Amino acid sequence: MQLDIDIRKTMHSGSRKFRLDVRLRSSSRRVVIVGPSGAGKTLTLQAIAGLLRPDAGHIRLDGRLLFDSTGGIDRPPQAREVAYVFQDYALFPHLTVRQNIAFSLTRGWANPPRHRGCDAVDYWLHSFELDRLADQFPSELSGGQRQRTALARALVRRPRALLLDEPFAALDPALRGAMRRELDGLQHRLQVPMVLITHDPEDAAAFGEHVLRLHDGRLLAPESAVAAVASG
Amino acid sequence: MVMPPTVLGYYLLVLVGRRGSLGGWLHEQFGIELVFTWQAAVIAAAVVAFPLVFKPARAAFEAVDGQLEQAARVLGISEPAVFFRATLPLAWRGIMAGVLLAFARALGEFGATLMVAGSMPGRTQTLSIAVYEAVQAGQDETANVLVAITSLVCVLVLLGAGRLAPGRIVNR
Repeated sequence: MQLDIDIRKTMHSGSRKFRLDVRLRSSSRRVVIVGPSGAGKTLTLQAIAGLLRPDAGHIRLDGRLLFDSTGGIDRPPQAREVAYVFQDYALFPHLTVRQNIAFSLTRGWANPPRHRGCDAVDYWLHSFELDRLADQFPSELSGGQRQRTALARALVRRPRALLLDEPFAALDPALRGAMRRELDGLQHRLQVPMVLITHDPEDAAAFGEHVLRLHDGRLLAPESAVAAVASG
Repeated sequence: MVMPPTVLGYYLLVLVGRRGSLGGWLHEQFGIELVFTWQAAVIAAAVVAFPLVFKPARAAFEAVDGQLEQAARVLGISEPAVFFRATLPLAWRGIMAGVLLAFARALGEFGATLMVAGSMPGRTQTLSIAVYEAVQAGQDETANVLVAITSLVCVLVLLGAGRLAPGRIVNR
């Protein structure tokens, strides 16, 4: 994955002002951005996904320009072909596990049918051991099962990159290790490039091929050997 | 919502009456006359009951978790589809609760309906107005039947709204 980000964004909240100024360039398949909460990690991830419009700068993924303020380019989230796993997974509460996973495969204005599956969905249900839960609703699932559903929903459309927002924060510590190993194996198997943001140094240790530290809206100097931060 | 129904009815008369701006135009263009028809009763009931569906519907839409809509967008779903596949089904219960309350209010509509539709037996007489006229005419038996029907429908509506209102759908 070739990720090239250079964005600036100023956020106002009452009298408080927050400045996000992130420049990073990486060709790693596993980019981890670590930082305390409020450092701007989620904002950065949202900018890549197209959910947040930076004031200036550019975002390039695999040579595709997703955002460029000088060229007036701002691809909508629908056209970015990235997958976003939200911190609390954002599963659709009105749809079953199967429908959640099939969500992006169904075009048109109607949700996927409740009981009819398709091969891709069955494949992911099976590979995440969700077969027996296919007709359950998200409210009936455990934390780990929710995360698997969210991952399956994200991966089913073969995204160019997988964006993970604190993927283990909502899990209890006992489960966290197991899910880390699962995601690790999955990433190795699929070779899907991922950008993971976390406040937990253990996540960085487990996944960090290229670890970046974000503090108060700015990336700090690289500390990982593979790191190649281009500071403009 | 704060306006008395008779006042609303008067405004409607001014608007859709033969000499009203909309009524005059309808009459000239299509030969439609609304006042003292059942259609006028429908319009009156709809106008009076509208706030009861508008407010809960708006609250229901606002209560939808924006992150779910964002998730749908990132999954490649177009804006209209996001509305029909995520927003609307998530807000549906709140909207239906409002619709039921509005229905009950429309059932009891009296003032505005009487102003624009009159009370022609068999043509524009509504249930609520029929109760009033039956009592006025001393037809107690008719009044009893009408009141029983209305009460039953209202209780059913209330039960239905109660089942819908406390939004079972929560994210988590």
